[in-house]
Formats: sequence, structure tokens, C-alpha cells
Amino acid sequence: MTDLHLLDHKDWGSEPTRKGFGRGLVQAGEENEQVVALCADLTGSVQIEPFAKKFPERFVEVGIAEQNMVTVASGMAHQGKIPFTASYAAFSPGRNWEQIKTTVALNDQPVKIIGAHAGLYTGPDGATHQMLEDVSLMRTMPNMVVIVPGDSVEAEKATRAMAKDKRPNYLRLARDKSPVMTTAETPFEIGKAYVFSPGKDVTIVANGTMTSIALQAADALFHDGIDVEVIHCPTVKPLDNATILTSVKKTRKVITLEEAQINGGLGSAVCELLAEHDPVPVIRMGVKDQYGQTGTPEELIDHYGLSKKHVMTKVHEIAG
Amino acid sequence: MPTNYNEKTRSIEDLELMANTIRQDIVKMLEKAGSGHSAGPLGLADILTALYFDIMQHDPKHPEWDERDLFVLSNGHCAPVLYAAMANAGYFDKKELSTLRQFKSRLQGHPERKSLPGIENTSGPLGSGLSQAAGMALAMNMNNESHRWIYCVTGDGELNEGNIWEAVMLIAKYNLHQITTIVDRNNIQIDGTTEHVMPLEDLRAKWEAFGWHVIEIDGNDVEAVIDACAMARAIVEKPVCIIAHTIPGKGVDYMEYDYHWHGMPVGLADVAGAPPVDEQAKVALKELRTMRGKIKNEHGHD
Repeated sequence: MTDLHLLDHKDWGSEPTRKGFGRGLVQAGEENEQVVALCADLTGSVQIEPFAKKFPERFVEVGIAEQNMVTVASGMAHQGKIPFTASYAAFSPGRNWEQIKTTVALNDQPVKIIGAHAGLYTGPDGATHQMLEDVSLMRTMPNMVVIVPGDSVEAEKATRAMAKDKRPNYLRLARDKSPVMTTAETPFEIGKAYVFSPGKDVTIVANGTMTSIALQAADALFHDGIDVEVIHCPTVKPLDNATILTSVKKTRKVITLEEAQINGGLGSAVCELLAEHDPVPVIRMGVKDQYGQTGTPEELIDHYGLSKKHVMTKVHEIAG
Repeated sequence: MPTNYNEKTRSIEDLELMANTIRQDIVKMLEKAGSGHSAGPLGLADILTALYFDIMQHDPKHPEWDERDLFVLSNGHCAPVLYAAMANAGYFDKKELSTLRQFKSRLQGHPERKSLPGIENTSGPLGSGLSQAAGMALAMNMNNESHRWIYCVTGDGELNEGNIWEAVMLIAKYNLHQITTIVDRNNIQIDGTTEHVMPLEDLRAKWEAFGWHVIEIDGNDVEAVIDACAMARAIVEKPVCIIAHTIPGKGVDYMEYDYHWHGMPVGLADVAGAPPVDEQAKVALKELRTMRGKIKNEHGHD
């Protein structure tokens, strides 16, 4: 097995994924002068600021106008630019989905949609801002790549990879700090899933902030005598079918884990794959057709049944 | 480097005849398709003729020529006039016009950039074209291209969309004066007159309040369109909006000014005052061919 250069749990860091995006965008800007950035009055919050300061002539402030942001980006891409648009996911793609479909995805322009403050890690901002539907919405859009990085270091790599990808891309980011598990040497490629922890009894497919919870649960379960394989699946679309099917061939039991609506996201993608190629029992874990609410990320993760202990319970359930 | 298509200058009379040809093509296309929009495309024929046959630098044999001016159709439902203008300009064989809205046609019901070379933007859902023009202009500025122009046609009903005014503000903020916006002010939309559905007036004052220079013209006068666009290129301190007053259904008596023809093709709709459905195309084409009886010795056939 390839060494993924992951950190031991005791050495995990802590940083919001949006910080990694901010660093990655500056690097992408240095690597390619066609990279430009657009923001809708959230420059600091969504971490566009480092790019805007370094390349002011390549930054466009559109004001609080997310529909305009992505359509302007479409026009810039028409003239050879690689535009990164960033706002909160609740507004982009939450408010401007049709403009993304028509002027970016159907129009086939390589615009990069960055949805920050997605998921329960948006914490105290409450249900209006905890975008949980973004993964499902973007996954249904033909020609769109959907990426949910597991930590800030991976978000940085994903950003640089997106600048080189010719397709429209969506990148989901979180507001609050989450564990940093990977290192500069850990591989990342769009469309690849990675076995972060090998096992033989049960497969957990997770992404975003949930991968760290899956790894912690797998550790504890090993002491309970259950050998869990954790697949980190940052690209929801296109899905890495081979990595998932190879694991499932061995374990015959699957749990999917995501911090998003359970309808249409990673769990749905995995179930669609397995239903057609290798039907095995699956438990999907995610937010179950509900809206979020104000609270700390920890309180919310626990309330919506996505904590380490919840994962362990479900693994025991499926392992029998 | 492709030659500039419009080095061949045409007289105003020639351009008026071209607009008339384009109108006849629109009527034939819509009758064949059995669906689509009539009033807007007929009303826009003079503006599209002026743009494609006089104003814009472009090369139909090299649609990707990187020095070309850009035409952005924001109200994509007016696709028939765009296709007819492009075919007459030489982007593709005119025979293909008869495939409008048919399975596997490059002439999709609403224009798609990936479907037909020469289409700059995919449109249909309203309110997005002006933003795309803004993005094109921002990129041109970053690339230090000051010699290219962007012409964006929007509907007037389309101005109901908030996205348009987001673009209007942004274009004024960055003074993207290489964009000339032409509002097709034909006063109709699907549900009725614009002033009934959602009043737009004082439209001139609205654009001016947003920091734009406004020129009002008769949008069915080819020469007026050419002159206004020339003036727009000369004005650099503000972006320019040309409010082009047009007659919806222009050239076909029974359609003119009647909002019922907004979303209807000829040969399908039983509209009061119109000929029977199976006569509609014939009547319209005869009227256009004879230029309303001005050409007396008419003995052409459909």
C-alpha cells in the first residue's frame, strides 16, 4: 500500500479548511497568471483576501450579488481566465444555482465555485447559513466536479488542482476549525478516493470534516475487535468507483458518513454505485432531511447523530 | 489573420433588404419548427442586421478569431433572429435554418455556445447576458485589449430580473465602456405589456441613475442603430445603454404591437385579427417580400 503520509492522531493539527483554500489560491495565482478571483463582499471570511492583496489587478469585488458573481466569472472564462468565485455556500450555489447551470456548466466554462461556511461547522450562524444541500445540488449538475476536502492541507491541494482542471468545479469549505490529518506529501488528485485506514470488516466512506471522525471511530473499534476500512472520498463527482468497489468486495458492509443532507450527497452516490454493481448492506449517516440550528459544531455533530460514538454504534449494528 | 468581414461596406438600402430577408427566414423557420417566439425576433431584425453586417468586427469563416468583437444575446428566446443573421452572414449554410428546434439540430430552441460555432454565450434563462458581457470586458481589460467591443442585446421584459441590475451596477463601477447594451424596448412580454406586467418607466432615468449614458433610437431604423453604436464607442467616460424602441412583430401587420405573438410561432396560434393558422406564414411572407406592397411586380412563390 502506498504511504499516504498521514499524521498520527496525536499529531493532528487544527485549522478551518477555508484557510487552506486561501493559501492554495495564492499558489495557483503564482503558478498561472490567468487565475482570477471574484468575491461577493466576504473577502476576508472566505479567505480570498490573501489573493486579492497579492494580485489586486486580478481580483473583482462584485458586491453582495452572487448571481452576478458567477455569470461575470463565466464571461471572464470565455476570454481565457480561470475564475475562482467565493461566497458562503448558502448563497453560492444556494442562491445562484440556475446561473451556474446555464452560464457555467451547460456553457462549459471552467469557473471554480467555492462554497464556504458549508455544513454544521458553520455553528452559531444557524440554519440559514448552514448549507447542507450544496453537495446534492451540485452533484446533479452535468459537467460539474464536486470536491469536499477532508482538511485544510487537502483544501490547499484541491485548489491548485482545480486551477489546472478544465471543467467547472465546486469546492465545499467549512467555517470552524477541524482536524488536520494530512501532510504536504499526502497525495490528492481530483476523482481519487484514498484508503486512509485499511481494514477488512466494514467500509466507511467519508469526506470533509467527517473523515477525521471516521478515523477516530475506526481506532476505537479496532479495540472492540472490528477492523474498519476508512475510505476518504474528497471527490463526490466523479466518484472513484474502483477504490470503493475494491473495498466493498472485501468487507461486504458499508457506512457512508457526511456532514450534509442525506438525500443526494455522498451516501446517495455510493448507494447508486453499489446498487448497480455490488449490492451490499449500507447505512447512510448524514443530516436526515432536517435543517440545522444554532450551536457549536460539537453540539450540532452530536445532535444530528454524526459523532464518533454514533459512528461506532452504527458500525456495531452493521457488523452484527 | 482572417480578414475583417465588414471591410465590405453595404449601403443602408442593402442593409434594409438584408433585414427583410432575415425576417422572411424567421417566419419560415418558425412555421417549420411549430414552436418558438415570433414578435421579438422580427422586431430585432434591423438591430441584428446592423451588428452582423456593419458594426461588428468578425469573421464568419473563423468564428474563434481572437480579435473579434463579441455579440452577447441575453434574451435567448430571440434565437431565431440570431440564427438567421448568422446564416446570412455566412457562419453556416442557410439550409440549416430549417432545422430550428429539431432533434439533434445545432440550432437549439435557445442558443448554446457548445452547439454552434459563433454563439458566444448559452442563454435562455433571462438576466444573465449582461453579466457575461461584464466578465468578458473585465478579462479584456486585464489582457490590455482596448480595441475590442462587446454588444449585448437584452429584452425589456428581461429587465424585471434582479441579475440585470447587479450587472448594471458592476459595469458602471468598473466603467466597462467597451460594452454597448441595446435594450429591445418593444413594450411586450409574455403576460402582456411591460407596463402592465411590471412597469419599467422611467427606464431612461433608471439607467442614468445607475451611472450610464443613455441614447434612445428607433430600433427598426438600421442607420439609427449604426449611428448610435458609433456614438457609443466614442463615449468612454460611461458605459452606454441604447434604448432601442422597436415594434414587436415588425413587418407583419397582424403581429405588430400584439403581445400574444411574444411566445407564439406563425402557423399555430389562433390570435384575434390574424389570418387562419394555415394562411399565416403565406400572408406574412407576402407582406415581407413585397415590403407591404411597395414592390408591385411581385410574382415570387414561397
